[in-house]
Amino acid sequence: MSKDIYVVAEQRDAVIQKVSFELISEAKRLSMVTGEKVYAILAGAKGVAEDLGDFYRAGADGVIYVEDELLKEYTTEPYTKVVSEILLAKDPNIVLFGATSIGRDLAPRVAARIHTGLTADCTKLEILDWSPNQETEPEKLLYMTRPAFGGNIMATILCKEKRPQMATVRPGVMKREDIIAECGATPEGTKEEFKSTLKKEDMNVVIREVVKCKVQKTDIIEAKALISGGRGIGSPEAFSMLKELAELLEADISSSRANVDAGWIDRDRQVGQTGKTVRPSLYMACGISGAIQHVAGMEDSDYVIAINKNETAAIFDVADLGIVGDLKIIIPKLIEGLKRYKELNRC
Amino acid sequence: MKIVVCIKQVPDTNEVKLDPVTNTLIREGVPSIINHDDKSGIEAALKLKEQVGGEVVVVCMGPKQADVALREALAMGCDKAMLVSAREFGGSDTYATAKIIAAALRKIGYDLVITGRQAIDGDTAQVGPQIAENLGIPQVSYVEGVEVLNESTLLVQRQYEDRYHMIEVKMPCLLTALTELGEPRYMTVKGIVEAYRQEIEVMDYEMLKDDLDIATIGLKGSPTNVYKSFTKQAKGAGTKLTELSPDEAVDAIINALQERHLV
Amino acid sequence: MNFSLSKEHLLQQELFQKFAEKEVKPLAEEMDETEQYSMELLAKLHKAGMMGIPYSMEYGGAGSDYLAYALCMEEVSKHDASTGITISVHTSLACSCIDGFGTEEQKQKFLRPLVDGSKTGCYGLTEPNAGTDAAGQQTKAVLNGDHYIINGTKIFTTNSGFADTFVVFAMTDKSLGTKGISAFVLEREMEGIKVGPNIRRMGIRAASNCEVSYENVIVPVENRLGKEGQGFKIAMKALDGGRIGIAAQAVGIAQGALNEAIKYVKERKQFGKTISSFQNTQFKIADLQTHIDVARLITWQAAVAKDNNEDYGKLAAQAKLFASKMANDVCRECVQLMGGYGYCREYPVERALRDAKITEIYEGTSEAMKMVISGSMKIF
Repeated sequence: MSKDIYVVAEQRDAVIQKVSFELISEAKRLSMVTGEKVYAILAGAKGVAEDLGDFYRAGADGVIYVEDELLKEYTTEPYTKVVSEILLAKDPNIVLFGATSIGRDLAPRVAARIHTGLTADCTKLEILDWSPNQETEPEKLLYMTRPAFGGNIMATILCKEKRPQMATVRPGVMKREDIIAECGATPEGTKEEFKSTLKKEDMNVVIREVVKCKVQKTDIIEAKALISGGRGIGSPEAFSMLKELAELLEADISSSRANVDAGWIDRDRQVGQTGKTVRPSLYMACGISGAIQHVAGMEDSDYVIAINKNETAAIFDVADLGIVGDLKIIIPKLIEGLKRYKELNRC
Repeated sequence: MKIVVCIKQVPDTNEVKLDPVTNTLIREGVPSIINHDDKSGIEAALKLKEQVGGEVVVVCMGPKQADVALREALAMGCDKAMLVSAREFGGSDTYATAKIIAAALRKIGYDLVITGRQAIDGDTAQVGPQIAENLGIPQVSYVEGVEVLNESTLLVQRQYEDRYHMIEVKMPCLLTALTELGEPRYMTVKGIVEAYRQEIEVMDYEMLKDDLDIATIGLKGSPTNVYKSFTKQAKGAGTKLTELSPDEAVDAIINALQERHLV
Repeated sequence: MNFSLSKEHLLQQELFQKFAEKEVKPLAEEMDETEQYSMELLAKLHKAGMMGIPYSMEYGGAGSDYLAYALCMEEVSKHDASTGITISVHTSLACSCIDGFGTEEQKQKFLRPLVDGSKTGCYGLTEPNAGTDAAGQQTKAVLNGDHYIINGTKIFTTNSGFADTFVVFAMTDKSLGTKGISAFVLEREMEGIKVGPNIRRMGIRAASNCEVSYENVIVPVENRLGKEGQGFKIAMKALDGGRIGIAAQAVGIAQGALNEAIKYVKERKQFGKTISSFQNTQFKIADLQTHIDVARLITWQAAVAKDNNEDYGKLAAQAKLFASKMANDVCRECVQLMGGYGYCREYPVERALRDAKITEIYEGTSEAMKMVISGSMKIF
């Protein structure tokens, strides 16, 4: 009988990625429904499993780890082999991976190797009763909900027979909880080294070079978030303020036509009818009146925040959150506020 | 070098609109295109062929209408096109799809298989790696650059969020392509005329059944299936906050950002 | 009778549409303002095979047909009429003369580079004193042993600013009138060819269009197309095909302008609602689209007739006559629908209106079209 929820943790340079703890916390929440345990799988070079406190704090009951030089940098086959061996040995009910460029390479290969189903980029996980008909006793299944069709619809997927039920989840979707035991100490957990059959011949590629780099500048059309300045920002220097805000929110800068015409910013940053059409997750319209020529270029954004002094500005008709106020005062304060918030929530 | 590019014909999901009255997707009139990542894969294959010679075969699993996508690939310069299509294949999830395509690839033969990283309708990025697993060959995904080192080895640039790897991989192998791999070339008018003079071979269940376990294909063979699908909430009129002090405004913004995991 | 495009034509249309939107549209405004055609764009047109669409693969052409060529003309002209005429003069005028009347050798030598993407062509018929009265040619070609010596001036030669190959018409025997005109293939490097500056025009300003003078240009006899005296026939036949291109260009100009106007009226609000919600606007747009659709159909009919080797001269003239007037009317209405903004150079409709006018004039004026049509109807 397949049991327990496993999270395949992700490490880069021996630093455990945030998404792993988010998934462990989510796994803990799910495990409350079924009364199962939560385990993390950790693979890496020697020493990667030295300090596991964060795992237990996030909700893991135990960590199963493999330390091997071949696992120092991620490559497909060594990781697939190790994870598959562990899953076949442990026979879990559910396995979660972060939907990162590593997870989306590893999870499908593992799923194909151990012959089970995989659901990608889930935004919601629930354990609910399911039964094929009225007569049959319901069983608890993992309901995996994810966007499809380019994000235009949502689909809930089930893996009814094969085990484990596997899912990948994007970073930032699930909430990480930190559980502090009663006396303020780290909760306890088990630690198990797994003896994998990994050998040198399993490495079927050669890493010639590892180049670490800053995130590259994108076309505003590809930006996940945009801080956009309109005529109301008042001066070209105001864009530095918007840039600072953008950096804190991992966003890019864009503009309405007025500032482009005035030469304050490049045309390739113009959003609107005679500029570009964007649909980021976050669009912050600062000092933008919301003329139709501009709105036509951003109305498909997921979440729009607008800051404008003028209460009747048309931008408020398309803003999810509209703030009537002076951006010259609000934005510097917002920058400070976000810095404080990030400081407090650093993991 | 024999390069096989796997492509998918997808609806242009950027053009899909929501019917505001029924809150359902308007699927009619949405143009079908070759998936963007796959098209960059075609471009990479054509460039490799220009460099070292060989053949580029394009394969698409889909309904009969997918022949238009294959013709477009031929018009871009691919040498041969095959359509993998059968009733028995319908309803396959990524696990089953990969099994079928792998069987087709074994029949076609290859030195290098290129797929797109992910399709814009399914968005799973699973089929490429699962094909590689079925074929038992090395995979490198998220490829943004590829170079031929010698007749058996490729040097590939593999993208991660915060870094990239330069990876040497021996053929036969599978790469999944990002759009960064190359801006796809236009078809040529001559290419289109010639594409329509070519036969597109259809690989159906009869042709592949010796290599396929029927229990692992189609709707029945898929470990996952869709329980239900529904549309997201349409964007309603938002909240407009007036009379706030700057500090209150900042709090409201940070709260909203936090709730949506935008910070 | 099937009025739908085949899958093969639809795929070509898709190529033209994508190319026009991605490559032509972004450059249109600037080229018009600077009155300069982009050589990079020209090279891309050649590379995509859009400059040899209806010519046989045997000579390096794309092996497609006139219907595809008409589709191409419409798609590019939706965004830039100058690109339309650049393609058209090259394809329908320069290339067709060589394809229709050249020897096998001449086709391999002159047609091949024009249709395989290497060279651009132009067509020198019109002179300062010979427009609709084309027979009033004054450019002379005097036979001198194994070559002709050509002297004269041609005006309004599209593409001449950068063309490699010039199909030029000249009088070899003045006493024979129209039957004394001959056609020649010249090359830019030939001494004595002087291309003037771009003529400043109301529209299609990006297209190269210049006065070209020919001073004692030595042209080998092998470069003469057809027999001496066949020139006028060659010129007129080329124009028959060219008219289909111009009709398609006019359809494109009109459709492009209407598409912009429709986008605008759906968004622009006055009196509390979008302009598109006024029935007046809806009726106007219905009217305009109907006219465009009719023009498109007769253009396709002419193109298909040509592809089927049927008589198409009258159809081509009708298509051009109707489409050119239609384009002028439609563009004027589109500017009106867009009001003040329609009049601004920032929006493309005013350029469409300026561009539309020439379609009633070149490659045979509307008056000349009426001559062709009534002539073929044998009513007098």
